Amino acid sequence: MRHLTAALSASLFAAPAFAAVPVDGAIDFQPAATRIAERVHEFHVVLLWIITLITALVTVLLVWVMVRYSQRANKTPRKFSHNTTVEVIWTVVPALILVGIASLSFPNLYYQNVTPNLGEIAATSKKLLAENKTAQHLAYTKNHFPDAAEKGFVNVKIQGNQWNWTYTYPDIVDESGAALEFVSNGVHKGRASDPTDAGPRLLATDYPMVVPAGRYIRYYTAASDVIHAFAVPAFAVKTDAVPGRLNEGWFLVDKEGVYYGQCSELCGIDHAYMPIEVRVVSQAAFDRWAELMKAGDYDAAAASVRQVASLDSETKFASSN
Amino acid sequence: MPMDEIALDHGHDHDHKPGFFTRWFFSTNHKDIGTLYLVFAIIAGIVGYGLSGLIRWELAQPGIGPMLWIQTTFFGLEGDAAVTAAKHFYNVVISYHGLVMIFFMVMPALIGGFGNWFVPLMIGAPDMAFPRMNNISFWLTVVAFILACISMIVPGGPGGNGFGGGWTIYPPLSSAAGHPGPAMDLLILSLHAAGIASILGAINFIVTILNMRAPGMTLHKMPLFAWSMLVTAVLLLLALPVLAGAITMLLTDRNFGSQFFIPNGGGDPVMFQHLFWFFGHPEVYIMILPAFGIVSHIVSTFSKKPIFGYLGMAYAMVSIGVIGFVVWAHHMYTVGMNVDLKAYFVAATMVIAVPTGIKIFSWIATMWGGSIDFKLPMLWAIGFIFLFTVGGVTGVVLANAGVDHALHDTYYVVAHFHYVLSLGAVFGLFAGWYYWFEKMFGVKYNSFLGGVHFWLMFIGSNVLFFPQHFLGLQGMPRRYIDYNEGFATWHYISSIGYAITLVGTIIFFISIAEAAIRRRKATSGNPWGEGATTLEWTLPSPPPFHQYNELPVVNTKGGH
Repeated sequence: MRHLTAALSASLFAAPAFAAVPVDGAIDFQPAATRIAERVHEFHVVLLWIITLITALVTVLLVWVMVRYSQRANKTPRKFSHNTTVEVIWTVVPALILVGIASLSFPNLYYQNVTPNLGEIAATSKKLLAENKTAQHLAYTKNHFPDAAEKGFVNVKIQGNQWNWTYTYPDIVDESGAALEFVSNGVHKGRASDPTDAGPRLLATDYPMVVPAGRYIRYYTAASDVIHAFAVPAFAVKTDAVPGRLNEGWFLVDKEGVYYGQCSELCGIDHAYMPIEVRVVSQAAFDRWAELMKAGDYDAAAASVRQVASLDSETKFASSN
Repeated sequence: MPMDEIALDHGHDHDHKPGFFTRWFFSTNHKDIGTLYLVFAIIAGIVGYGLSGLIRWELAQPGIGPMLWIQTTFFGLEGDAAVTAAKHFYNVVISYHGLVMIFFMVMPALIGGFGNWFVPLMIGAPDMAFPRMNNISFWLTVVAFILACISMIVPGGPGGNGFGGGWTIYPPLSSAAGHPGPAMDLLILSLHAAGIASILGAINFIVTILNMRAPGMTLHKMPLFAWSMLVTAVLLLLALPVLAGAITMLLTDRNFGSQFFIPNGGGDPVMFQHLFWFFGHPEVYIMILPAFGIVSHIVSTFSKKPIFGYLGMAYAMVSIGVIGFVVWAHHMYTVGMNVDLKAYFVAATMVIAVPTGIKIFSWIATMWGGSIDFKLPMLWAIGFIFLFTVGGVTGVVLANAGVDHALHDTYYVVAHFHYVLSLGAVFGLFAGWYYWFEKMFGVKYNSFLGGVHFWLMFIGSNVLFFPQHFLGLQGMPRRYIDYNEGFATWHYISSIGYAITLVGTIIFFISIAEAAIRRRKATSGNPWGEGATTLEWTLPSPPPFHQYNELPVVNTKGGH
């Protein structure tokens, strides 16, 4: 406890164990924090190879014809204008490549886009274990998480407003039966009065969205005024928040830390100033946060999830600021 | 001068040009209207390009800089009010940059400008089928542009003047709730006027191409640029009424109490997106197909070889046009569509890569075995092929909904569509400009200035747009006035790229002035030699005011 207090006074906004923020000069995705993102990145690497090779092929062909068939190198042009063989090849081969891409694309799409059936996951895992199909079980648990499935979903409703987010936890209710609901504002507004010590600029919020690590999170997006989009790059999720609609998505994060996202549908003046801060914490820390939130002590609740993270950073990442 | 007198005049002197005002304001001559469109597109291009300059200036560094400076210096605002105004102003700038470039620069230049000039010349027609309708198409486009410009400076939404909801004008941000001011209404009227202009123009092109080809010129012998204009015109005719319907519904939502897109009344904002992109996706092909046509002729001319796989090239454009109508929702993967629907749009979208690939490879095959003369138009055409390939392959990446969920509405998308439009359509435009410059104006351009223009644009636009792929992968969202320092380096480099293209653009205007002052007269109708086989090169440069008094007879085998 003394430790906790010391850390608390040290800095309320110390960098956590893991922070998903954009890195200056980086040329790739932010590190994957979900299996969804891992699969997107794996698929993207395949795509990147394919498109790089195609672009290289076109470039080499262009350079070749420019050198070999320049006016200087080839005085008299030939007059052919057909060659059925190559025409068939450059129609069929790209088509086959596209079929190959689609065969990877569809499983990837369905995996992230269909909210998993947790009962089925738990049952399938048990069945595979019971039948001693260890290899299959290993493959299955790469994409599915039976332990988490046993515990059910953590549900969060995410509502976009001009220009902040309202998070509702329908399963966390107080004595009166009202669900936990709070508004999360970006701390930076592009004004002279912006704080300089309140976390990464344009990404930090006052009260973050908090979810437990290693649990299936099911989220619903909605909007109160215009269209917004909930997006967290490290999770590779992006779901529009549309007035009059309730969209659904899911993710599961194993690694505790803070993951930043930003509104991703133009929503007016402060479109760039309604960030998304997701704190992924242990189940215990999550429960403690929920209790503090229910008690109405938002600041203590926010500090508690930031604190756990900064304790980590003291021990593991002492040099990080 | 009464109309019947003009007609009489034309009767006895075929190259008698009417007086200045009659010629340029009541014009019914396809070449004059083409020139008017080109002049208009250059003026609109200056506006659209200037707006993109404001964007890159603002984004050169993190924090709100130039936009704030503009608000404090020119509008006398201070403190938080200036910040709010700056944010709104930025949204206005990005919105009108897109609208102006698409509706008032690329489309008027490629379709109105080169289409009007060269479709009749290439198919051996004396003029367009409906010359007066041609005139009203042009002047409606001017009216539309004026409405758009007024829209920029009248009250829009909270925060200031102009509409700041992006060129895609999604409700509810474009509804009365999001932008209550008259800016959005004016913008709707502007799009209506531009749409009517384009529909009338499309009808004109279709009728001209189907009915006025020279004797012997069957559709399968018709030059590819005319083919590209035919497909483009059909796309315009089918797509624009859908946009017109959508924005009319938006207009009645805003002003007359309908609730097509207002959820409180049972409407659905996503329906607008479906309607918009049912127009919007064909629209991107409307912008690129004419460039395809131009590049085909240039590659053939300077390789001194007939187009490879002419029929394949023509029907590749037809199939791109057809498939272009069934892929629209790939712009909307994140709106909450059914997953099976997304899977369909993934598959349909990727199919487009096949005809596009046919075109790329056929251009290279046209060069293969040729005797390539690297004159200026050819440089632009080769630049086009390379850059369009780069933009095309990132399109294949984005077609996959699973990956697009990560990249949607990020700078990756910005990079993708600028590679196909800003580097694709615009390079095609400049290729056509230099290819036909002497034909249109009767004077030669300066090759050195043109070469400097090309290299600055090629290098500059790559420096400008390639790093935006990296920004998008790291998660930089589109349409942001400000960003975290983690995005700073690539934004800075991107802005340097803009500065390079700015020098290139200035050189472009210098080259026009130089050509106008030096007036190196064209010595023959065909400056390109044996490779230039289409009919416009049989005419003097510039062509007479009225050409083909006796229709040319086409009896060559195969198409161009």
